Amino acid sequence: MSKMVLKTEGDKFVVVTRHFAAPPELVYRAHTEPELIQKWLLGPDGWTMPVCINEARPGGKIRYEWSNGKAGFYLTGENLELDPYRRIVHLERMHLPDPTPDNRVETVFEADGDGTLMTMRMTLPDEATRAQMLATNMERGMEASYARLENMIQVACF
Amino acid sequence: MNPSNLDSAFSALGDPTRRAILARLAQGEATVLELAEPFDITQPAISRHLKVLEQAGLIVRRVEGSKRPCRLSKDGVDAIDKWLAMLRKALAKNYDRLDEVLAGMQEEGRKDKQ
Repeated sequence: MSKMVLKTEGDKFVVVTRHFAAPPELVYRAHTEPELIQKWLLGPDGWTMPVCINEARPGGKIRYEWSNGKAGFYLTGENLELDPYRRIVHLERMHLPDPTPDNRVETVFEADGDGTLMTMRMTLPDEATRAQMLATNMERGMEASYARLENMIQVACF
Repeated sequence: MNPSNLDSAFSALGDPTRRAILARLAQGEATVLELAEPFDITQPAISRHLKVLEQAGLIVRRVEGSKRPCRLSKDGVDAIDKWLAMLRKALAKNYDRLDEVLAGMQEEGRKDKQ
């Protein structure tokens, strides 16, 4: 039941659209309230988010920390624009452990029948970011950390 | 394909003519002349696009007399597909979980009204 569409827009953006069977108010809240974010923004199976900070106001801080019991990493960011139940614009960066360049993410929620159509536009990770991810991998060496890096990238790609 | 190449590959795909060239090459090898035919642009312009695609690792060219036919590079196309597939998989997983969270929220809402 894949309702998600993902496509590249030019060479700079990835645009994702997804329908949800709940009104925009709930989908928006699930994107801004930490106790809700912690339940789904986890990437691959086996990861949890023990720390989740999201101050839902312009300038508010974002900090997500993920763990799979053995390894962990985190993301920080800032909310830029919050138009309740309609639109969120925020900046985010991964710490691997050095921070990746800021990624600006715009998420829009529109009523779609009884549910919501969500459109998320994010910046494609650039060459430097990927090189950094690879460097992190090489420091730790070994195949196990490559698997972990793949997990990290997957989580980073929400 | 290394990360630098993958970056150029995304960049190369940003242009509609280059995407059309790739679509044509998906049907098989072609020369510059054959590629220029369906487009309203000159052969030198096509050659410039081919150079970008070649540097991005998306196509490979061989020498055949005075001609240099082009074809898709399987590795190049696979790398992009792989990256996007990884992204798609992570997001799909998150949003399937979000479906459950939303269903739970709606259930709570109904209980509160009772």
